[in-house]
Amino acid sequence: MLIVGERINATNKRIAQAIQEKDADFIRKEAMAQAEAGADYIDVNAAPFREKEIEYLEWLFTILQEVSSKPLSIDTPDQKAAAAALKWHKGKAMINSITGEKEILSAFLPLLKEYKCNVVALCQDDSGIPTTLPDKLRVANQIIESLVGEGIELNNIYIDPLVQPISTDFKSALITLDTIEEIMSRHPGVHTICGISNVSFGLPSRRQINRNFTVLALQKGLDAAIIDPCDRELMANIITTNMLLGKDEYCANYLLAYRSGKV
Amino acid sequence: MDRTKQISEAIVQLKWDEIAALTNETLEAGIPALEIIDRGLVLGMSAVGIKFRDGEVFLPELLLSAKTMKTALEILLPILSQQGTGFIGRVIIGTVSGDLHDIGKKIVTSMLQGNGFEVMDLGVDVDPERFMEAVRDNDVQILGLSALLTSTMPMMEATIKALEKAGLRQKVKVMVGGASVTQAYADQIGADGYGADAVAAVEKARALISAQSP
Repeated sequence: MLIVGERINATNKRIAQAIQEKDADFIRKEAMAQAEAGADYIDVNAAPFREKEIEYLEWLFTILQEVSSKPLSIDTPDQKAAAAALKWHKGKAMINSITGEKEILSAFLPLLKEYKCNVVALCQDDSGIPTTLPDKLRVANQIIESLVGEGIELNNIYIDPLVQPISTDFKSALITLDTIEEIMSRHPGVHTICGISNVSFGLPSRRQINRNFTVLALQKGLDAAIIDPCDRELMANIITTNMLLGKDEYCANYLLAYRSGKV
Repeated sequence: MDRTKQISEAIVQLKWDEIAALTNETLEAGIPALEIIDRGLVLGMSAVGIKFRDGEVFLPELLLSAKTMKTALEILLPILSQQGTGFIGRVIIGTVSGDLHDIGKKIVTSMLQGNGFEVMDLGVDVDPERFMEAVRDNDVQILGLSALLTSTMPMMEATIKALEKAGLRQKVKVMVGGASVTQAYADQIGADGYGADAVAAVEKARALISAQSP
């Protein structure tokens, strides 16, 4: 299970302020807390700053790579920002994210080939965001085929089936769960990833919904998630569910988590 | 309880399966359609909108209240058009080019409809040209532009420019909204109005219309 820690995101006002004020201590603490909580990747988003995005990303990458050895997830829709960030990154970065839109695919492909990094691909193409199971699968298959056809390793591809808020469509989570199951069974070796918290938009007690959705998604084969790893109960649910699903030999991770007070 | 109050209560309490019967009973009791809209639906929807803003009512409930309101409107609108009673105004709304976000716009649309506006929803990912054509081809007082992404906000400005270029800028008041949009941004791009939320958007739309009419 690959955990991408979502906290360093400039759409959050407190984070945006820290970035603008170059408050390195605040950012470092956010990164360390997530690494300590079990994040495998630290997501970094400065996209709302637009023309200053690249400048801020450079600062963020410099301080984040000093404080932790965790690789970074470059959260940007902008190919230029991704290209710059990949240059500064040590180790195997993750690009978050591309889509199946032709222009975006062709802009990002050279980067994916050069750096052999991980890539999150949103289940979306030139005709929009599909909402039914057959449409989601069609778009996911097309994206996987185009990427693999260009020599991208299946193991580096993370398909995000794009969970829509259940508050506006009460079947949307169910369709996403079925999409995960189908993708994982049709393309052995590929990964699925979810920005979990979107599912709970518009409802109260969002963390409760996020936790339960995560458990259901794990059962369908989801093997990566963009979450707040500092949500202790969510992390405990992930560790416990993975054990119950036969992914934790001798219950080693569960017991490790127990001894460090995480479950 | 007075009958229009019953209608507004039915909206607040999400009685979508009872609203049709209640609306018909109210009409039969001699209450004019416009009064049912004004004192029933509008008050009900504003109450729900305020509860939504304050976190007492949640998105699915807001959508259901809109459905309840629409059920009543489907009965009342044909009566109104027969009587030739005018509405507050006509609005064209859409999410700008490159942006596929729908929810905020849907909420604003429902709230506007509940408050006496006729709304033509152009959908999402609407390019400046299509907005311009819709303004050109329709009798409309307000154009509402929605964008959730900072990366698509410039398309609001592009749409205003497209109106100017086509000589249509004076024909409509332009309102903007969306998570990242601010009053300052609205001023900067020369929009006429901004709503921080759906309730504010409706208030602003009303104000723009009454400023227009003599």
